[in-house]
Amino acid sequence: MGKEPSGHAIDETRRRLICELAKLPAATVLLSLTGPVRARAEGDEETDEHHYAMGIQIDRCIGCGLCVEACKVENDVPDEPFYFRTWVERYTIYEDGEVVVDSPHGGRDGFRPRSEDEERRVLRSFFVPKLCNHCDNPPCVQVCPVGATFKTREGVVLVDSDYCIGCRYCIQACPYGARYLDPRTKTADKCTFCYHRLRRGLLPACVEVCPTQARVFGELEQQASPLHRLKRFEPLHVLKPELNTDPKVFYTDLDGVVR
Amino acid sequence: MVGTQHGATMARRRRIPGQLVRLGILFALLAGALLYVRGRFVPLTFGELGHYRAAAIGTLAAQSIRFAGMEACAECHDDVAAVKQRSYHRGLSCEGCHGAASAHVEDPLASTPAIPKERQRCLRCHRYLASRPTGFPQVLERVHHPVKACVECHDPHDPAPPIPPSECAACHGAIARTKAVSHHWSLDCEQCHAAPAEHRQNPRAFLPKKPTERAFCGQCHARGSDAPVGIPRVDLAEHGGRYLCWQCHYPHAPEGG
Amino acid sequence: MNPEHLEALRSALDKVTGFIYPNEIELHWGLLIVIYPYLTGLVAGAFILASLEKVFRVKAVEPTYRLALLTALAFLIVAPMPLQAHLGHPERSFEIFLTPHLRSAMAMFGFVYAWYLMVVLLLEIWFEYRADMIRWRGRARWPLKAIYGLLTLGSSDLSPEAVAFDRKAVYAITIIGIPSAFLLHGYVGFIFGSVKANPWWSSVLMPIVFLFSAIVSGIALVLILYYVTSMARGKVPDMACMNTLASFLLYALIVDLSLEVLDFIHRLYESEESIEILRELIASKLFISLTVVQLLLGTIGPIFLLGFARFTGLVDELKRLAYLIAALLVQVGIFSTRWNVVIGGQLFSKSLRGLTVYKLQVGGAEGILVGAGLLILPLVILYGLVKLLPPWDDAPAFREAPAAGAAAPMAPR
Repeated sequence: MGKEPSGHAIDETRRRLICELAKLPAATVLLSLTGPVRARAEGDEETDEHHYAMGIQIDRCIGCGLCVEACKVENDVPDEPFYFRTWVERYTIYEDGEVVVDSPHGGRDGFRPRSEDEERRVLRSFFVPKLCNHCDNPPCVQVCPVGATFKTREGVVLVDSDYCIGCRYCIQACPYGARYLDPRTKTADKCTFCYHRLRRGLLPACVEVCPTQARVFGELEQQASPLHRLKRFEPLHVLKPELNTDPKVFYTDLDGVVR
Repeated sequence: MVGTQHGATMARRRRIPGQLVRLGILFALLAGALLYVRGRFVPLTFGELGHYRAAAIGTLAAQSIRFAGMEACAECHDDVAAVKQRSYHRGLSCEGCHGAASAHVEDPLASTPAIPKERQRCLRCHRYLASRPTGFPQVLERVHHPVKACVECHDPHDPAPPIPPSECAACHGAIARTKAVSHHWSLDCEQCHAAPAEHRQNPRAFLPKKPTERAFCGQCHARGSDAPVGIPRVDLAEHGGRYLCWQCHYPHAPEGG
Repeated sequence: MNPEHLEALRSALDKVTGFIYPNEIELHWGLLIVIYPYLTGLVAGAFILASLEKVFRVKAVEPTYRLALLTALAFLIVAPMPLQAHLGHPERSFEIFLTPHLRSAMAMFGFVYAWYLMVVLLLEIWFEYRADMIRWRGRARWPLKAIYGLLTLGSSDLSPEAVAFDRKAVYAITIIGIPSAFLLHGYVGFIFGSVKANPWWSSVLMPIVFLFSAIVSGIALVLILYYVTSMARGKVPDMACMNTLASFLLYALIVDLSLEVLDFIHRLYESEESIEILRELIASKLFISLTVVQLLLGTIGPIFLLGFARFTGLVDELKRLAYLIAALLVQVGIFSTRWNVVIGGQLFSKSLRGLTVYKLQVGGAEGILVGAGLLILPLVILYGLVKLLPPWDDAPAFREAPAAGAAAPMAPR
């Protein structure tokens, strides 16, 4: 018998039922019907305390945009260039010091060379993937008037689209531009760390398809994970630390010009 | 009614004014209605885990999966997976090229993933962009076999080029192109950077070396060196203090002239 | 998905300068959210003007007391409408009452509004008008008789003690009402001021600035309404009242201007990272609405006009006209202030690297037609209220002899 998560008893019969169901084909569908299931992670020893976080290695991102495309497919995000759960920005720093940022269609179709780069000298240039930071001190959760957005025990910030009234205060409060209003449901929406995949022991779609492992996903407490290695070896940055949102998306090699 | 109460007002001075009684009843009714509505309509699971509907977690967790994950593909396509696992594309997810395949995993015959063969698919990652990290294999879109499909020469599951490039320029094209129009155009990469053989297979784990002494650049640039006339000389004892030459100068595009 | 909406977003995307986060192309708080603080500002301002007479004993503005109360009520009734129209799911708006998230300033809305409506405004109007409503009920025919009966909650006590109690109650409620009015409009300023993500909004001064511009707009509105209703009734507006209103408006404008100048100087002096993009914002997108309309036409112009008219020897008719023009300019200026705060805060990217556009629609829930309707509706409601509960000194109800047996005279205050 493993540790019980704080304040929530594990139902032994239900656990056994879930284990039996997992052996059947089409297990994923049935599993979802039984209700909350604990995610299977490497080295998981019957603990319910997952604290998810993401690492992004800037010097590995090639700007292919596969993450943006995969996210839109996995989460049924509207295809138009106004709604993104994740996107990639390209920063180009010229020799005269000017910084130019662009993100054509969020980087969904990759990038093309900037025509100016043929004339001007580029000093530094790189890609920065962005997404909801799933802050530990989320300003969006703070401002929701009805409790439609919340932080789960795993630290994932989610939106209850059956309860959201569409006031858009959370969208205003997010310093990172991570939220949008879903035009179909008229409720706020954003990256969920592919919560439905985490519950089944899968990686978020963007991490899954990243060809260079620029995106790294894991649990903060887990001793053996790619994320833990990053924490040990790399100076980690977060976006807008001065706002004290305590983001859980950590960047390595983040240039100071990135906002 | 107004006048007759005059005499009685003296006695009524201590009693609660009639207005307050009426207002009190009205407010009590309103408050009661509000409390009733509040009790009746708050969603059942609200507040169980925090200030939100706990049932929302179940709804979100039940969203359908579209991407099956690399491990799922390997269960059936183990031969291709084995080849890819040893290739340069080992980190690239199958679904990165073939698209979301969860439906295919559920019922392999009902839906088959696409097999993209057009150039644009590969160029998405491999066209040259200044923003991509140094060393990532990139080609100039309009120069590198512009008419052919990539798959004609490169097997996507083992994309090593048919003729392994011997030039550093194959992966470090930008540096090579920059150097080619600089004063150091005639210098081979290997002259300054001793690269271990494993570098081509596992670049980040086996990095090339950089010169560790000022005397190295001094072979050409020190006063009194045997290098051809016209190469700028400096007195190494005076110039640059404690720094190695490349800590200030960029050898791929050195200043001067 | 609405194809026109998508088309509007697509054309907006072309007009972006610099870089904005991809999700920022859609402006979320538009005309309706500009109108809401404008309306609650008028409510708070009108009430505070009314409190001047009740609590601070400024007798000169007595003729406007009841009118200010009714104005506040008319605008308060309409105030939640732009919010409802704006919500993605207005049918779920009651959730704010069911499960208010107490850490959110917006969650306060339901309770502050209910408190202000029920416990302050309606209660004060009730106590103020109770005696008169009883008298009017005595003289009215059906259905007015029944309406007055309902409104008085069946009360018919006109004894001096009851009337004296009414007066004390009005005084007490006004005392509570002043901070309540501050809260009603101040919390809107807090909603904006507490958003640390937005450097245009995030400011300690925001609730104060909102409040003072509310006081300014409220006084100006009552001035306009008093003037217009007097002319409509063929009466000369009381000059002492007009002069006092103009004085208070002038003082409030000066404080308001000082606060805005303080904010401006403070920003320039601290010169934080956002200064560059905000400078560009003011110089390009907000130049007309801020520098020309809000500052020059809406604040500085009226200050000069009011000062000149008030303290020089103009004839009364010209003075009144000058006050009216100044007050109208103030309304435009305060509306522009709300616009500059709400829309202005969304015209620049949180990446501090780009600017976007806001295209005002004509039709639709966020369009000009609905907006104009929401601004006119309170006046329509006010007309109805004025007919039902005349606020005039010389209304027939007041002149007529009291019913036989009443010991006290009928003056309502």
